[in-house]
Amino acid sequence: MSRPGTLVWFAQHETRLAWRDWMAMMTAGRRRRMTSVVIVLAIFAAFMHLLAYPIVKGYAGIGSVPDKTTLVVMTGMLALSWSLMASQAMESVTRAFYSRADLDLILSSPAAAQTVFAVRIATITLATALMSILLAAPFINVLAALGGMRWLATYALMLAVSVSAMAFAVALTIALFMTLGPKRTRLVAQIMAAVIGATFVIGLQLAAIQSYGSLSRTDFLQSSAFVAGAPDTGSLVYWPALAATGDLTALAAVLAAGLLMLGSAIVLFAPRFADCVIAATGVAAPAPPQRGQANGFQRMTPGSALRLKEWLLLRRDPWLLSQSLMQILYLAPPAFLLWRSFGEGGGAIVVLVPVLVMAAGQLAGGLAWLAISGEDAPDLVATAPVPARRIVRAKVEAVMGVIALVFLPFVLAMAVISPWHSAVSAWGIIAAAAAAIQIQLWFRAQAKRSQFRRRHTSSRVATFAEAFSSIAWAGTAALAAAGTWFAAIAGAFAVLVLAVARMLSPPQA
Amino acid sequence: MLSKSPPASAVEISGLVKRFDRPVVEQLNLSVKAGEFYALLGPNGAGKTTTLKMVVGLLKPDAGAISILGVDALADPVAAKRTMAWVSDEPMVYDKLTPLEYLAFVAGLWGIDATIAEDRAHRLLGWLDLSDHARERCEGFSKGMRQKVALAGALVHDPRVIILDEPLTGLDAASARQVKAVLRERVDAGGAVIMTTHILEVAERMADRIGIIAGGRLIAEGTLDDLHGQAGRCTTTLEDTFLSLVASQAA
Repeated sequence: MSRPGTLVWFAQHETRLAWRDWMAMMTAGRRRRMTSVVIVLAIFAAFMHLLAYPIVKGYAGIGSVPDKTTLVVMTGMLALSWSLMASQAMESVTRAFYSRADLDLILSSPAAAQTVFAVRIATITLATALMSILLAAPFINVLAALGGMRWLATYALMLAVSVSAMAFAVALTIALFMTLGPKRTRLVAQIMAAVIGATFVIGLQLAAIQSYGSLSRTDFLQSSAFVAGAPDTGSLVYWPALAATGDLTALAAVLAAGLLMLGSAIVLFAPRFADCVIAATGVAAPAPPQRGQANGFQRMTPGSALRLKEWLLLRRDPWLLSQSLMQILYLAPPAFLLWRSFGEGGGAIVVLVPVLVMAAGQLAGGLAWLAISGEDAPDLVATAPVPARRIVRAKVEAVMGVIALVFLPFVLAMAVISPWHSAVSAWGIIAAAAAAIQIQLWFRAQAKRSQFRRRHTSSRVATFAEAFSSIAWAGTAALAAAGTWFAAIAGAFAVLVLAVARMLSPPQA
Repeated sequence: MLSKSPPASAVEISGLVKRFDRPVVEQLNLSVKAGEFYALLGPNGAGKTTTLKMVVGLLKPDAGAISILGVDALADPVAAKRTMAWVSDEPMVYDKLTPLEYLAFVAGLWGIDATIAEDRAHRLLGWLDLSDHARERCEGFSKGMRQKVALAGALVHDPRVIILDEPLTGLDAASARQVKAVLRERVDAGGAVIMTTHILEVAERMADRIGIIAGGRLIAEGTLDDLHGQAGRCTTTLEDTFLSLVASQAA
């Protein structure tokens, strides 16, 4: 047992909390589910290995001195991973500032805040690294099985990438705090986290569309023009890629650089962490008076009162808006592709259909959670003299209203190029959104809106059902857009997903 | 604001039963008249909140009947809800709405005419000392201010039955006095108020009748004098009487 107040003691405490948090997330707080969770994870791992095989088998034979194109593609993919990890890390660091939980206790104790926050930064790093390693593991394992044990070095490389991403996230978040202040930092940091995560993916897609009229990122990275413009093979830029192939010198250098960056971030910023957390307490200061603005009294039905309330709450909460509408960022490349397709015929827009349908399903799921489960005054709404059916209908209409607002411009623009694809998209968007809303209705569990980011923890089944449903409807729409009768099979699968979700949903009171 | 001639019995509960993993409310009978302030007391876990939640339609009873102003609340919950208001111990207001917007939303839910609702809203906010904050978002409000906004929301549709679960928790002395005055005014105007509280002094000073619930059953009911008598020994305060009655029930 370590001495209370020491670095090791805090590390043990943080590790225990992180482990219990993870367990609660996996089992939704029901420990008896552990066996089912292990079985599901095992099946998922097996599935991921199968999925990884066709994707990475072409890379397994790469020698210890890969050619320039391979190095460019690998470096691009690593940069993509890094941007996603940095996004995740920034999100976690911001959450650590604002979700006080045990921070009042810690900050009011005589323990050195610097020690506590050093450990906390390290724990967040570890969690980010672990998640990334778990996701990358099937790909690394397949590479190792096909191409030799040297590929296992990629595990260490993923750790190095996570560590450097965390160092960047800590530095950027603290810098935002110091320049923007605590009130603005929360929103800006959350948006930046999402943008950092999305920018690289979207940027590559935009470049691919511009160059090749395709959404494929690898097409662009492998293109002769891009490879020719990239640094020569001896450049330090490729050391992470070389480390992945088992070059131990490159691995040691990358790992050392990452750890040095994180160490510096901890030494420099851990002392400021406490100040930032204390400053973040003040963000609940009263919002400025809403002078000169209508106060909301107008002739309306209970349904319109509910719809207006949902839209007003969404519009007034930029953080929530940024989180729920972030999927729209991913619509930028399809929008660009659509724009390019004007005057070039309708061929390219076939790929747009599933993207739009998928995005609609995901967006509807998030909005439906906010309207249905994230009702902050459930007692008020439940005790109103309005039939429950009507309340649900108003909330569904509120969600569908936003979906229409976001996707109608795309559907109308497509109608000019190809009415058939436009009709298929509209149908797919409605089906995917309706399915996502229905899943949220089946799995509703009262929660605070502020728990939006952690909504998936209440039901893993709902999360997977929502994802599979969106994918299935997107597939159906894609096949329908291509004019094949296989769309009927995909549609049947989408209905099956819903049926299974209904079967597994908890009984409603 | 209230109707001049409400039915004599505002809330009528008979044979109410609710079980979760154990019985929480068992064969509870209760009657509250119009123009009456009824305090429901009981130790933690006695079934007070569960009972009130069944009355306002937030929980379905396993058995029993609930009548609100002559309307069967289980058969026609929407009609029953039209005349009722519920205020819980945890004020549930929307952070991103101002008190005025919150009241407009509540008025919309209850289908109140916008002009009448707006007039009432301003009057209620003035009454509860919230006029200066009427156009500020609730996110920066203290618990007491939020509780007052919730109370204004409960009153903006002019309910004839007000049900409150620990409404004074967390309120400062001045706010608590304002809330009590508002409730008393509603009772004097012919409304019925049912309130749970752990502050026995409030029940002692405000309630026309007091019910004591323990183990899901109503173990004593009546005026303060009635309860002293039911305690069966020489008790002088409600606290002594309450503790004596609960202890005898536990024994």
